Amino acid sequence: MIDSYIPLIIMVSVGFLFGLSNIVLAQFLGPRKNKTKVKLEPYECGIEPTTSARERFSIKFYMTAMLFILFDIEIVFMYPWAIQFKELGMVGFIAMNLFMILLFAGFIYVIKKGALQWR
Amino acid sequence: MHIDVILAAPIVFVSIMATASMVLDALKTKENGKTIFLFSIYVLMATFLLSALTFSPSSHFGLVALLSKFGLAPAPETLHVSGMLTVFNGMVGVGGYGCFFDMIFTLGGIMTILAARPFLESEKLEHSEFYTLILFAVAGMMLISHATNMLTLFIGIEVMSVTFYILSGYTRTNEKAVESSLKYFLLGAFATGFLVYGIALIYGATGSMDYATIASATHGDIRFPTLLLVGIGLMIVGLSFKTALFPFHQWAPDVYSGAPTVVTAFMSTAGKAAALAAFMPIIMVSLPAAMSYDGSNKIQMMLAVISALTMLIGNISALVQKDVKRMLAFSSVAHAGYLLMGLVAANPEGRNGIMFYSASYLFMQIGSFIILSVLERSGQTNHSLESFNGLSKKYPILAALMSIFMFSLAGIPPFAGFFGKYYLFTAAIHADFTWLTIVAVVSSIISVYFYIGLIVNMYFKESQEQEHESQPGLAAISLVLSTAGIIILGLLPSVVLSIAQASFGNH
Amino acid sequence: MLQTIPLEFYLILSAIMFMLGVIGVIVRRNAIVIFMSIEMMLNAVNLTLVSFSQFMGDSAGQIFVFFVMAVAAAEAAVGLAIVLALFRKKQTVYVDEVNVLKW
Repeated sequence: MIDSYIPLIIMVSVGFLFGLSNIVLAQFLGPRKNKTKVKLEPYECGIEPTTSARERFSIKFYMTAMLFILFDIEIVFMYPWAIQFKELGMVGFIAMNLFMILLFAGFIYVIKKGALQWR
Repeated sequence: MHIDVILAAPIVFVSIMATASMVLDALKTKENGKTIFLFSIYVLMATFLLSALTFSPSSHFGLVALLSKFGLAPAPETLHVSGMLTVFNGMVGVGGYGCFFDMIFTLGGIMTILAARPFLESEKLEHSEFYTLILFAVAGMMLISHATNMLTLFIGIEVMSVTFYILSGYTRTNEKAVESSLKYFLLGAFATGFLVYGIALIYGATGSMDYATIASATHGDIRFPTLLLVGIGLMIVGLSFKTALFPFHQWAPDVYSGAPTVVTAFMSTAGKAAALAAFMPIIMVSLPAAMSYDGSNKIQMMLAVISALTMLIGNISALVQKDVKRMLAFSSVAHAGYLLMGLVAANPEGRNGIMFYSASYLFMQIGSFIILSVLERSGQTNHSLESFNGLSKKYPILAALMSIFMFSLAGIPPFAGFFGKYYLFTAAIHADFTWLTIVAVVSSIISVYFYIGLIVNMYFKESQEQEHESQPGLAAISLVLSTAGIIILGLLPSVVLSIAQASFGNH
Repeated sequence: MLQTIPLEFYLILSAIMFMLGVIGVIVRRNAIVIFMSIEMMLNAVNLTLVSFSQFMGDSAGQIFVFFVMAVAAAEAAVGLAIVLALFRKKQTVYVDEVNVLKW
């Protein structure tokens, strides 16, 4: 019983030790520089950050992100169908086509209502 | 495959048409509430007819009987346990009680849409999405009532609930509506968690999600009896949330009073009937053996206690309400308690009682909410009891109709509510739950006080205002429909009861 | 030879996850955190379903998981939209500040 956990314990401890050793070694091996305000700022391709990163986003991102999630998750139904593609045959193919048509109906609605327009 | 589509025609039709109405709306560029309004009315009427056609495979009429005569459908002998024929690999049942509930849902949808149009116009909110959402809600409810597999049940419940979350916050600039929508969403999603956990445990214990297979599995040795019991308990918790039964009823008054009145009318009637349609096969068909696994009837007893507490709490809370919409919301909780009596009894009478009472409850509750919405549009924006003073002078017809609905809700003969209660109460007595019947009678008597109190306010209290012209618009048709329903169900209860009976055939 | 982890362990883990989700819903007051807790409950259920499915060699449980995931996505879309509507109206996402409807 407990034997089966030994590989798991080894893996967890190796992972933990590796992370710990990197932090500790960085303290000793890394070049020691004086920490000025500029050095501690987040690096943004050399451009100085102007405002805080914690600000409210435009609602436009919400629409796009939400629609992405909705249409993205539907792919999940295609995996089991793809695996059983040969066995399901024509019936499965027609069913999946119907599913895609229904999904496409939703897509038409989204486009026509202008939910994807970046205004 | 193609025969399955024909047999499951009502569900397939309403789902496709709901999607079609969405596309139709998108393809036309201008605001087209009226087109989609007419479209959805026609779709619901056609669905009603299709449900009537595919009704009752076990008796010798209807589409199924005809098809099986030509060898196109399985013979009526090969019926599913719940009196349904299954199609789509056992996922969906056709005919049977499902079609009876379909008719309830479609009628509810038609009455709601008719009443909603003038409301939406006066609020300047007539987006065609409202009608599309009602269509989708009806599709979800029909999936629930036709489910013969936990998967179908889950999808149906979610389609219905998600549309309800949106509909209850439909007037999105109204603070109350948004709040009710948020509460409904958070608690509804929470309940969904319990429901699916229950399904998962039942699946683990019995090895299947199919109602019939679960039923047969629970007769033999159960692999994990404890898991099964916990699963049943969790599932009852989840469904109780959706039905608004006692410990999980607190959301109902808030949501029902915050949501737009026409939406409340739909949610509290058709939505409740759908939740009962989900409860019924699970308690009566697939799990009766599991519920009395160790020889005791713990779960049945638990349901009886829930039912008793639901009606008492619902009616007593309704007693102290000053707001009529809120009072009706609490009374809707109490009515869920009466309906649960049929499940507790778990006999054919209880089953028929539930179906009869769901139908009569639909008419009386939807009617009274629609009257509230008509009054709202006539400028009576708050629903306080005082605002109903002297309503018989101001709007004689509305007051008379409201009295009919109130009498029926209170269970006074010869209206539909009386016979519904009568069937449920006798079912409980025959199942040796006399104490539950006594509680039910007591709580009905409590409920008479506030129902009649409203009538007293309308007829015997004075108001300074003169007679007004109410503007019901299309809502008048809904009111006529619901009044006719109450009176027909009240005068000819045996006809509807025999239809309910027939939907189960000889089972 | 390694033994496989027994079914009970998965069930216990998912029961713990589910309870954490329930506690989160009850204790937290931020609508979005409550919603995240609900998602965690659903994921706990998914774990239960998948482990039963694997244990019994029956694929129905795994298919059910797909549907739970799809439904969770739909609920997320609607739920976050409702939270947004609330924020626009009341400038808050804390449920105890949402109290127009009293009972």
